[in-house]
Amino acid sequence: MEDNTKVNSGVKKNNAKFKPILKTVQDVTIRFAGDSGDGMQLTGSQFTDTIAATGHDIGILPDFPADIRAPAGSLYGVSGYTIRFSNHDIHTSGDSVDVLVAMNPAALKVNLKDLKKNGIIIANLDTFDRKNLDLAQYEKNPLEDGSLEGYNVYEIPITRSTLESLKDMNLPQKTAQKCKNFFALGLLYWLYNKSYDFTLTWLREKFKNQPELIEANSRVLKAGYYHGEITEIFTTRFEVEPAKLKKGTYRNLNGNEAIALGLTTAAARAGLQLFVGSYPITPASEIMQTLAKYKHFGVKMFQAEDEIAGICTAIGASFAGCLAGTTTSGPGMALKNEAIGLAVMAELPLVVVNVQRGGPSTGLPTKTEQADLFQAMFGRNGESPVPVLAVSSPTDCFYLAIEAARIAIKYMTPVILLSDGFIAQGSEPFRVPKISELPEIKVIFQTRRDGFFPYSRSENLARPWVKPGTKGLEHRIGGLEKQNVSGNVSYEPENHHYMVKLREKKIKKIETDIPELKVEGVKDSELLVLGWGSTGGAVADAVENHILKGKKVAYAILKYLNPMPKNTERILKSYPKILVPEVNLGQLAKLIRCEFLIDVIQFNKVKGLPFKPSEIEAKIEEILKV
Amino acid sequence: MTENTNTPKTVPQYTAKDFASGRDVRWCPGCGDYSVLAQIQRTFPQILAEYGQVKENIVFISGIGCSSRLPYYMDTYGFHTIHGRATAIASGVKVANPELSVWVATGDGDCLSIGGNHFIHLLRRNIDVNILLFNNRIYGLTKGQASPTSEHGKVTKSSPFGSIEYPVNPVSLALGMEGSFIARSMDKDPKHLQQMILRCYQHYGTTLLEILQNCVIFNDGAYNLYTNKETRDEHVIYIENEKPLVFGKNKEKGIKLDGWKPVLIDLNDGKHSISDCLVHDETSKDLAFILSSFIDNPLLPLPLGVFLARRRNRYEVEMENQIEMAKEKYGAGKIEELLKGSSSWEIK
Repeated sequence: MEDNTKVNSGVKKNNAKFKPILKTVQDVTIRFAGDSGDGMQLTGSQFTDTIAATGHDIGILPDFPADIRAPAGSLYGVSGYTIRFSNHDIHTSGDSVDVLVAMNPAALKVNLKDLKKNGIIIANLDTFDRKNLDLAQYEKNPLEDGSLEGYNVYEIPITRSTLESLKDMNLPQKTAQKCKNFFALGLLYWLYNKSYDFTLTWLREKFKNQPELIEANSRVLKAGYYHGEITEIFTTRFEVEPAKLKKGTYRNLNGNEAIALGLTTAAARAGLQLFVGSYPITPASEIMQTLAKYKHFGVKMFQAEDEIAGICTAIGASFAGCLAGTTTSGPGMALKNEAIGLAVMAELPLVVVNVQRGGPSTGLPTKTEQADLFQAMFGRNGESPVPVLAVSSPTDCFYLAIEAARIAIKYMTPVILLSDGFIAQGSEPFRVPKISELPEIKVIFQTRRDGFFPYSRSENLARPWVKPGTKGLEHRIGGLEKQNVSGNVSYEPENHHYMVKLREKKIKKIETDIPELKVEGVKDSELLVLGWGSTGGAVADAVENHILKGKKVAYAILKYLNPMPKNTERILKSYPKILVPEVNLGQLAKLIRCEFLIDVIQFNKVKGLPFKPSEIEAKIEEILKV
Repeated sequence: MTENTNTPKTVPQYTAKDFASGRDVRWCPGCGDYSVLAQIQRTFPQILAEYGQVKENIVFISGIGCSSRLPYYMDTYGFHTIHGRATAIASGVKVANPELSVWVATGDGDCLSIGGNHFIHLLRRNIDVNILLFNNRIYGLTKGQASPTSEHGKVTKSSPFGSIEYPVNPVSLALGMEGSFIARSMDKDPKHLQQMILRCYQHYGTTLLEILQNCVIFNDGAYNLYTNKETRDEHVIYIENEKPLVFGKNKEKGIKLDGWKPVLIDLNDGKHSISDCLVHDETSKDLAFILSSFIDNPLLPLPLGVFLARRRNRYEVEMENQIEMAKEKYGAGKIEELLKGSSSWEIK
């Protein structure tokens, strides 16, 4: 958002005829920040739903503290919710913030670094007292000491105004204070020329048994809105035109919910019962919690005693004929690797979801990272090939969860689906597909007795899937090496070599059954930026920004890491320079070098944070200059 | 009701041979596992005939160890998995398809050491899985290291100066985890072992059958006291529901309770009679705990039989019930509606 309007903080205009300018902007990023008890996540999600429903493309990133209930007012108790919306297709929740709503000094201090020069600060004046300033480790009040020069600061008595508008309701002080986030929400609706009706409807539904809360929150919401309208402290209002999104029904979806939806949909498409064995772990727990609600879809979510039991119960369920999966994050993944090897050997379908977080060990549980690619590729004993897919957006989470299930069933193999903390919690508008638009998943259970051998092969090199309970097909499988075709235990040297090669070939063969790698941007250029996982969004935004500036850059997002699409080598060889940004120390870069003998330029950052488009943009610029 | 009451149906008649897979059995000659395999193969035709069960519904899951080879020798569905995880994998099989009759073949190392966590949580959930715990008090497949049931002071390859650990008492552990069916038998008493296998099948919920099993190579004679003709009558007591605790060659010994303490009594001493004896009650957890502690007292005999059999809700049944209730309440789920979610909008 480019806004050069200068406004003196808190100075009321006395011109009764004053009317703010309505300015059209293309792309806005707003952050609501406050104490973890201030309801910032709710405020953000209400704003999001309203914005999304008016046809913008959006990107969202909630950011909450690792501590469950950090002390009020403290720096580590700050909770934030960032929403970016625009009139065009966007891939990330943005780079820097145009508007920062700071409900207390700590929120201001933590988030100021992300605010654009000239950006807007809306500060809750009532919280800038000595106590809260001390908690935020401010020696002087930043609203008074001139340190915010260069920003457009609006000091608004949000708490007092909230209490004022509720004074005749005789609510307990605590309840009344809790409404103050709706004041901020109402103000932002006014500032961005959006109606508050969507939130009013939501309030009526949410508090249908507590009419006094509907009344209180609605009043405060409107008070915030009309504060903007009446006090005339803002000289400008903003408007973002709707984006040209594809027609259809949309909803907001974050990555974790999308995986739960994808797995449930895959099971329905396959006509199978879904069984998911999981153990709670940040940031993946939301997947199992979401699935636990889908009982009326016949979903069996088994909360296991540990990570190993999570995957082992899933392997048992797969043996019994379910679509089975397990969901976890890095440390849990480490515990599951032996069992993934069993599924490789027993050739049973299984979807293993790893929502990556900062590592090693316990690492940074609430922060994002992409450093489990090697673990997914090579984390097991023996030659143990497993298909690996990686999502680049919440929408991807849905479709690639279905794709992982399709591959698992078709090729009788465990499949690893990599997500990460950034995608897990970020949300975007998800175009709801028609069932007929979704891939079909064909399941054939072996029932015929003649010619049945547990380790015979279909044209996909998959062995037959037999449900226990099928008459006459009683057989044994296991983790010991199997004789080709018969499936009997075999220690034969030649057979082992053959089976190792066969398992490798089976996974490699999947490359003929997946979409080719697609190059976007200016295809005919010197530089290809190759993204994977959550780096994908920042790569797309960065390259598109360069293209807007008239530069020639191409990019591609790799979603199939093993096997890679069969045109990958050809594409990589057609660019003199390849840049691979990763939130690790270069795991994909190393894979590409060793797989194709192609060198790439690494760009690595391992700070628990996703790449900002501007960081990649700067790196591209640096490369293009040379 | 703690018993299975399926009415007999006309089903194919099976013999022990129908349960032999035909693979060469590769345990050491003289291994107690042969007897366990034979008793399973002998009991299953009876189970199938009496309860209308079919062979294709039987599934054997195992982990790693000598006993875990068992599924390969049974002509049923079988899955030889990884060390310690049989009880977890079996849980998944049973919850996925409650129609199946799921059995776990496991050993003292597999079940109580590396697999201890899955074992206790299976008991807690009371999923209808039958655990056959082959307890030979030694690691056999890895050739002779101390196991979690090896006695304190035991000299093994991994404890050349004697084990400095105390053994797990599997019955007490299972009682502590609220197990709903706990029994003990031994390889050298085929008839009793068959009865116990049958009781396991009949029970609704997780069953633990500890089978004292002789490892002829690395721990030969571990149970001689209980199996030798000369000593067994004086050192083994068969516990049966609602029957007094008496034993000895001529049933001349009994057990009575002195407070909470079980004491040995001589029924021929003129002071005691059978009416002084403790009467077994399979439904009493308190009594089961007392019986499980006999093994700590060298003066008391080793109980064989059913320690506890009581009714508890089964996990897999409750899960199915919740699914049915959810379908009744919300209607069978429609993917179209799920995808749309509770809040959506149209772009035209």
